[in-house]
Amino acid sequence: MSTATVGDLVSQPYKHGFVTDIETEKIAKGLSEDVVRLISSKKNEPEFLLAFRLRAYRQWLQMQSPDWAALGYPPIDYQNIIYYAAPKQQEKKASLDEVDPKLLETFEKLGIPLSEQKRLSNVAVDAVFDSVSIATTYREKLAEHGVVFCSISEAVKEYPGLVEKYLGTVVPSNDNYFAALNSAVFSDGSFVFIPKGVACPMELSTYFRINSADTGQFERTLIIAEEGASVSYLEGCTAPMFDTNQLHAAVVELVVLDDASIKYSTVQNWYAGDEHGIGGIYNFVTKRGQCRGDRSRISWTQVETGSAITWKYPSCVLQGADSVGEFYSVALTNNYQQADTGTKMIHVGPGTRSTIVSKGISAGHSSNSYRGLVQIGPKAVGAKNYSQCDSMLIGDQAGANTYPYIRSQQPDAAVEHEASTCRISADQLFYLQSRGIGFEEAVSMMVSGFCRDVFNQLPMEFAAEADKLLALKLEGSVG
Amino acid sequence: MIRPDSPVLLEISDLHARVEEQPILKGVNLTIRAGEIHAVMGRNGSGKSTLSKVLAGHPAYTVTAGSVSYMGSDLLELAPEQRSRLGLFLGFQYPVEIPGVSNLEFLRVSTNARRAQRGEEELDTFAFEDLVRERLKVVQMDPAFLERSVNEGFSGGEKKRNEILQMALLEPLVAILDETDSGLDIDALRIVADGVNQLAGPENATLLITHYQRLLDLITPDYVHVMAAGRILRTGGKELALELERTGYEWVDQALASLGQEPAEVL
Repeated sequence: MSTATVGDLVSQPYKHGFVTDIETEKIAKGLSEDVVRLISSKKNEPEFLLAFRLRAYRQWLQMQSPDWAALGYPPIDYQNIIYYAAPKQQEKKASLDEVDPKLLETFEKLGIPLSEQKRLSNVAVDAVFDSVSIATTYREKLAEHGVVFCSISEAVKEYPGLVEKYLGTVVPSNDNYFAALNSAVFSDGSFVFIPKGVACPMELSTYFRINSADTGQFERTLIIAEEGASVSYLEGCTAPMFDTNQLHAAVVELVVLDDASIKYSTVQNWYAGDEHGIGGIYNFVTKRGQCRGDRSRISWTQVETGSAITWKYPSCVLQGADSVGEFYSVALTNNYQQADTGTKMIHVGPGTRSTIVSKGISAGHSSNSYRGLVQIGPKAVGAKNYSQCDSMLIGDQAGANTYPYIRSQQPDAAVEHEASTCRISADQLFYLQSRGIGFEEAVSMMVSGFCRDVFNQLPMEFAAEADKLLALKLEGSVG
Repeated sequence: MIRPDSPVLLEISDLHARVEEQPILKGVNLTIRAGEIHAVMGRNGSGKSTLSKVLAGHPAYTVTAGSVSYMGSDLLELAPEQRSRLGLFLGFQYPVEIPGVSNLEFLRVSTNARRAQRGEEELDTFAFEDLVRERLKVVQMDPAFLERSVNEGFSGGEKKRNEILQMALLEPLVAILDETDSGLDIDALRIVADGVNQLAGPENATLLITHYQRLLDLITPDYVHVMAAGRILRTGGKELALELERTGYEWVDQALASLGQEPAEVL
């Protein structure tokens, strides 16, 4: 019996690749001002939001798709996309009993049971199917603490003042091409508001599930933590296996006031395309947090394993004095996946600190780039940044790149940057095997070891999942 | 200790093996019984290290003829992790570093794999920590080494002691130590030898692969084998090692020539 090779390691088929057979309402393909108005009217939006969308659409028409990333893909035909698809059950149901059972079944199959008996007891979940939030658990319990956790569509109706105050203030609609597009046609996403002094009693989580082909997905998430408030939020994503590419251009805005903190974790497992690089999601996302308050803190943790292309830079603008920004990332690419991801830490206020830990794992024929900006403004006296970017190459066909940018206008600031590259070698694998550790477990141990600093940042429930997810995603040859 | 009725633990018959296209082992025969300590000596290129790697199941080597029986079963049929779980241990000449993998966790998973094989209860983190602290004494290692990544930043001596620590935890039946003495100063050598002597017993066996007599001053072998050109040329008792010290390996070249063989390349 011969030793298994990494090539023999069974590639777990993407087990979330199923399609739910459910009646879905879709509008015709194409984008125009009429489509923007149609989306807004289907959602019964107030005037201010329609105006927001139209302004963004007009800005988008004047902009050009950026081409500076280390990514290659055919031009996107924006007229060949459906900009609105929703499961026919329109109204958010008062109770889960009224939700279409096929939808509940879908989420249960994905490991996110929503029913009373089976739901996770310490995590509130907002389930978004195609572009529509179909259920949010624990709303009443959270409301007792003054915490608002609902879909953006509901927030617009129930808390229009809050939405109008904050929407588009962290990522202005003309910030970039995809943000403008999102601002014009965004469908749904999560809204979180934590009032002064409240530490949110549960973890909040949104699970995004794409179901329809030919649709674009444009989620919008807005999280606000007032003075002294704190919350931990987790985002999960999966999609069926279609052989065409789908665009997912989301925008996430975070705001923290004095002494507040938001911890935002993502485990992204969008369909990545098959082993020849056919199909898969284009994940072009703008995520940004503003530490407006003194001593406020935003922490981004991401595990990106899916998507044909991942293009995102969760960032922090550190305005408040002594505010803190953190970015912990594991980006895995395999087969023909591409990733150009990283972060921007913009130090504005004095005493601000940022930490960046980025782990890239490239396998197969994939290409994985870290791109990061550390910017220290003239008022950021005593600012400190620490960045560590590590790449692990598996096999001899994959690529890894690092593009660090450092711009400092403050002599009294400290910026540190470290980078390393390594491989999983056959000798290391054999060493572990010669100590009784099976091949799969050995690969997993080494990859987990590599990602340890990032996984330690994930909420506990998801750290174990992330370990397993990485192990499943690896297939390729080991040199 | 040689006892005539000791069970045979490892039996190597006419073993031939190559790496890539190069034949290295050309008919090795060796029998190891419980309670025995064997030493294999020879020049670089004689095939000593290859023998140990083939026994451990390193994927770079292909067996082209012959057989190996371990505890009565066909060893060559088994995956490397199976061989380890069944009690075959290889102490590497150059233990590799594995950054990011905690030494403690690695030792625990490895120990539990062996325990599971023996039908013993697996140890959780706390119970294991008690066990490992006790075994650290065998190699006089500081518990701080447990917190580090496997072999990362370890000196040569520390790496070798980490190998012996693993032996102390895994309790193998046949321990093959590939040039465990290379790169060690006298003190480290003494600690390693002490460890091996403490662990050697009537139920298990040790195969020492070494260049130098000095290890054999500290660990007394029952048999000494001289390897050259991929085969064992001569077997004797511990005096053979002393003789080699005195005379060197020229006689080996003569012996090979008379067999119609080229001497092995001296590297």
